[in-house]
Amino acid sequence: MTFGQQGRRRAAVDAAAYRIRQNALSMGEVQGQGYVGQALGAADILAALYVDQLAYRSDDPEWDGRDRFLLSTGHYAIGLYAALAEAGILPVEELETYGSDDSRLPMSGMSTYTPGMEISGGSLGHGLTIAVGYALGLRARGNPARVVNFLSDGELDEGSTWEAAMGAAHHRLGRLIAVVDINALQADGPTAGVLHTEPVADKWASCGWRVQRVDGNDVGALLAAFDAVAAGAEDGAPSAPAVILCDTRVGRGVPLLEEREKAHFMRIEEHEWAVCQEQLTEGYLRGMQDREKVAP
Amino acid sequence: MTKLKTSAMIASFADPGQRTTPAPFGHALAELAGQDERIVGLTADLGKYTDLHIFGEQYPDRYFQMGMAEQLLFGAAAGMAQAGLVPFATTYSVFAARRAYDFICLDIAEPELNVNIVGGLPGLTTGYGPSHQATEDVAIFRGMPNLTIVDPCDAVDIAQAVPQLAAAEGPTYLRLLRGKVPSVLDEYDYRFELGKAKVLRGGRDVVLVSSGLMTMRALQAAEALAAHHVDAAVVHTPTLKPFDEETVLRELAGDRLALTLENHTVVGGLFETVASALVRRGQSGRVVPIGLPDRFLDAGALPTLHERYGLSKERIVGRVLAELG
Repeated sequence: MTFGQQGRRRAAVDAAAYRIRQNALSMGEVQGQGYVGQALGAADILAALYVDQLAYRSDDPEWDGRDRFLLSTGHYAIGLYAALAEAGILPVEELETYGSDDSRLPMSGMSTYTPGMEISGGSLGHGLTIAVGYALGLRARGNPARVVNFLSDGELDEGSTWEAAMGAAHHRLGRLIAVVDINALQADGPTAGVLHTEPVADKWASCGWRVQRVDGNDVGALLAAFDAVAAGAEDGAPSAPAVILCDTRVGRGVPLLEEREKAHFMRIEEHEWAVCQEQLTEGYLRGMQDREKVAP
Repeated sequence: MTKLKTSAMIASFADPGQRTTPAPFGHALAELAGQDERIVGLTADLGKYTDLHIFGEQYPDRYFQMGMAEQLLFGAAAGMAQAGLVPFATTYSVFAARRAYDFICLDIAEPELNVNIVGGLPGLTTGYGPSHQATEDVAIFRGMPNLTIVDPCDAVDIAQAVPQLAAAEGPTYLRLLRGKVPSVLDEYDYRFELGKAKVLRGGRDVVLVSSGLMTMRALQAAEALAAHHVDAAVVHTPTLKPFDEETVLRELAGDRLALTLENHTVVGGLFETVASALVRRGQSGRVVPIGLPDRFLDAGALPTLHERYGLSKERIVGRVLAELG
């Protein structure tokens, strides 16, 4: 692939990540609250997946050939709804119903509510176990679709995550990709103080996974990691499952929130929402100019 | 004096000389798999102890060993169902109900997936003590929306239930009887029908409402009571949820002595299902519960324990005669 093609891939993901962040902030503003910090942190990962990686049909979310994206962290649904709007699976105008009574977009994501939502997350440590069965089932049916499970570093506390990690490697689920959002934050505070999980990469490797660790807010690094997974899988199936460990920053893209004391459920005052949107747009435009300077 | 040995893990509750059928669940699932390619089997290191190995030997590509990991077992079963397969996932009832509840609840029952949970050693069918005796599994599972609960009596029930569980669209829980399982119900004019209670025999004086292996004991007790000039009816309720209230309440109307018999604690199982149905419909009448006490049970040999806790034929007969005065 030429540098120009790579640049266009990256620009498309950057633009989508910007819109996902914009929409997440708007959804948070309507409710006056929400898991905005997580959505901002994970926006680059979600954009890379929905713009660059996953196979799906916007007009047919149940299409059997689709790659399955399993959101384990139900509270990140605010980010996924924005990504599903980006993918054309949800109408953008529906996003403002987030968290409202009778909305298809509940605060904690559920498969029974939302098109494109494969599982009901929320009770953490479930997603990877379902992903293992999904990948086994697709393989048994001869369906080459990939299964991508998005989980958080907090979920590494759950024993079930490691049951599934061993199971995936045992069954050689080379079409299974785990994406771990390492934002170093959980409900009661910084991950390091809640339950020490490092060295995370070594743990996955010892379970038999192909491991990469990247800056999860660096779109170029994310795309390179997904490319490496795809290249590795072509070496011959069945192979080991792959995990991409993504170090991210809560509130990424909005300095006001990046600098605020980190909280699982971030409070944002009424007058701050407009400031957040302004800072987001300033940062996006500045980043675009910076990249144009280095591009040939 | 005969010294009864502590119950082995694969102890059978069959009476000496009783007609039995080997591994009815494993054979029924293998037979069904021949007709339906969506059928798969999963287990958590208990394939040999839940009769699933019979299926696995015939269909090795459709048999999935998930390791001693019950959360993975049921999460993965949900994923397989989402991929279009019809999984039967086996472990012991204690592990399904106590250890993996959250996964069964949220990954299987909430989205109403066709996952069939098969739990071995329900109630008091092992002498290993509370770690293995699932005396409260029905109480735990009854509160879970969408879940169908089946408590079969014997090999006949199991063989007929398996295809109906697979055909039911939502999730099911089967209280598995495994190994050499008594064959009893083929002596009656009976077919297993999911969701239906069946009157196996009529009787003027007493009505015994029972599920699971206690239906076998109820039938034996009814025979024995005849020698005491007591005429006892037996109503078998293999589906505990949804419960066939119509049939059971019709049988409980009138002035016959009524008892429920269950291989389960008297808390949260058949007795309370029947009692709540009676109250809800405004139907009066006393019901005598025969079941396990609300406490952790002893280890020991099954015949000893069934006698101790009132599940044996002799204890049932004694209780009925005492109630009749």
